[in-house]
Amino acid sequence: MVAYIIRRLIAGVVLLVVMSIVTFALFFASPIDPAQFACGKNCSPAMKAQTAASMGYDDNFFAQWGKFAKGVFVGRDFPDDPKLKITAPETIAHCAAPCLGYSKERTSTVTDLIKQTMPVSLSIAVVAFAFWIIGGVLLGVIAALKRGTLIDRGLVGLSLVLYAFPTFFIGLLLLKFVAIQWNWVPVPEYTPIAEGGITGWLSSLLLPAITLAVFFMAGYVRMTRAFVLESLSEDYVRTARAKGLPKRTVTFKHALRAALTPIVTMAGLDFAGLMGGAIITESVFNYPGLGKLAVAANTDFDLPTLVGLVILLASFVIIANIIVDVLYAVIDPRVRLS
Amino acid sequence: MTDMHSNDGPYLSVEDLVVHFPTADGIVKATDGLSFTLGRGKTIGVVGESGSGKSVSSSAILGLHRGSSAQVSGRIVLGGTDLLMLSDEEMRLRRGKEVSMIFQDPLSAMHPYYTVGNQIAEAYLVHNDVSKKAARARTLEMLERVGIPQPDRRIDDYPHQFSGGMRQRAMIAMGLINDPGLIIADEPTTALDVTVQAQILDLLQDLQREFNSAIIIITHDLGVVAEMADDVLVMYAGRAVEYGPTKDVLTHPQMPYTWGLLSSVPDVQGDTNAALIPIPGNPPSLLNPPTGCAFHPRCVHRSKVPADLCTTTLPELLPGSQGPGHTKRCHLADPDELYRTEILPEIMPDLIVED
Repeated sequence: MVAYIIRRLIAGVVLLVVMSIVTFALFFASPIDPAQFACGKNCSPAMKAQTAASMGYDDNFFAQWGKFAKGVFVGRDFPDDPKLKITAPETIAHCAAPCLGYSKERTSTVTDLIKQTMPVSLSIAVVAFAFWIIGGVLLGVIAALKRGTLIDRGLVGLSLVLYAFPTFFIGLLLLKFVAIQWNWVPVPEYTPIAEGGITGWLSSLLLPAITLAVFFMAGYVRMTRAFVLESLSEDYVRTARAKGLPKRTVTFKHALRAALTPIVTMAGLDFAGLMGGAIITESVFNYPGLGKLAVAANTDFDLPTLVGLVILLASFVIIANIIVDVLYAVIDPRVRLS
Repeated sequence: MTDMHSNDGPYLSVEDLVVHFPTADGIVKATDGLSFTLGRGKTIGVVGESGSGKSVSSSAILGLHRGSSAQVSGRIVLGGTDLLMLSDEEMRLRRGKEVSMIFQDPLSAMHPYYTVGNQIAEAYLVHNDVSKKAARARTLEMLERVGIPQPDRRIDDYPHQFSGGMRQRAMIAMGLINDPGLIIADEPTTALDVTVQAQILDLLQDLQREFNSAIIIITHDLGVVAEMADDVLVMYAGRAVEYGPTKDVLTHPQMPYTWGLLSSVPDVQGDTNAALIPIPGNPPSLLNPPTGCAFHPRCVHRSKVPADLCTTTLPELLPGSQGPGHTKRCHLADPDELYRTEILPEIMPDLIVED
């Protein structure tokens, strides 16, 4: 088991390195010259060269990637110029490890930008995840166990309808009616735990999390229902019945456990994807999360921020993959022992 | 058949068992009026092609259709109790205790996430109010009895760590742990190597002698029937088409479908010139079975029956020339003669020469 985890970790690190090179290469291939872009409209060749040097854009591809990778572990300075450090240290921005780059547009290190926005995205993701997993799996199991009844058809129909609504529509609907018209909850505004305590934090997340959860929940209801139905028709479930086990044991111990394995995989990956920011939900509720940051950085071609975000998001997915694999091994002995 | 006339009646008596599945396209008549009896310590072989209703009928005995849309009627009397009259809960308490089932493919019939020992002990714990420790001890004892080497080590293995034969032994241990009076073995050797098949059949027979249980063995392998069964019941399209003592049915088959099954069996000791004759065509749809005798579309002898009887009238299950214990569902006037002169020379020419 330990060897298995170590193998998965090594593979994850390799994947992360490859992925960061690919991300770098993609932005390198962009038709826009980042130095020109950062320097502005009326930029003389000399100024452009200076900007390129200060941003580190004058190096070749591998040197740039090498500096970036080094910065992740030891930090780096922008511009990395020893002479300037002595003559005008105030013009140098220090980017402490783990440094994911420096955004000239936002006059901030990417790490700081992430530190500011990530709690928002993570909060929405965690609360939404709790909603949709509990709701989706529970309703899916109920639908499967009540197959063919009105309850089943109602749940499946409802989830189809909810699935068909775009997220921004549900978000706006909740905002317009629940918050503004009926005044059931205040218009949501992100409140960190440090400010509002757990309740303040939770209530500020209610509407965005529901918005996000509704879409996922609808999918999970159908998926869970399908998995449970499939596992209920497995031979080993028939064996369990033939042994004379009570229905409860047959359903929960034998059928559900097998059905939950693929759901764990899906849930892990979906959660990881969400941690990178829910762009639409954050925009609808004007929550300053990673998703909004990514959209803004994309609009003004903030290359360092974009690279940093892509790598961060990718590493979430890679880590989630490793966790899911390990969980899989815990659940399924066939994975563990082979 | 031997217990049929004893005072207490047979241990198991199935009377006019009907299992119908209503579907959107109509009613699937999986089993349509099946009757047979079985005494303690006896074995009946139920033979037929896939889809002839063998497994559906045995699942009905176990009450596995409860909770589904299946319509089950008739009588299934086991040890004096009509199982179809029991409540779901009463039936559950008998399942695995008085009637148990050994399934065809032990790899898919055992839960991949639980150890073999856990799954066997579970069957014991549900019917016996004992500690987990006692259940484990009993599981070890059963594993040892069915011939699992080093059972104290293998008990904590998962099914996928067992070989096919070992898994089937474990399945048998699971089925027999509560010492059931009736064991239904649904193609217990189909998924196994030939060499292992014989071991498993031997084991079943040993255990049957030891526990004096009745066995219903479902198979399409007449070799298994010849070795194991006292009686044989040939099923076609949800009905019994021939039923009688094994030796009698195998030596004097009275029904063209049984002839077909016999002709399809390869005989290793037989003449290499002996023809292996498959039954033409496919098993009929149970949704829309043929009129009259369900076998008539595939029967090469139906021209020998006058007046299109085969296509219009369902033959009754009646005794033939071999006495009242051997019944068949066929319109042919003299099947014995036909078998001797037309069928036997083709499938066993060497036997004829000796005659």
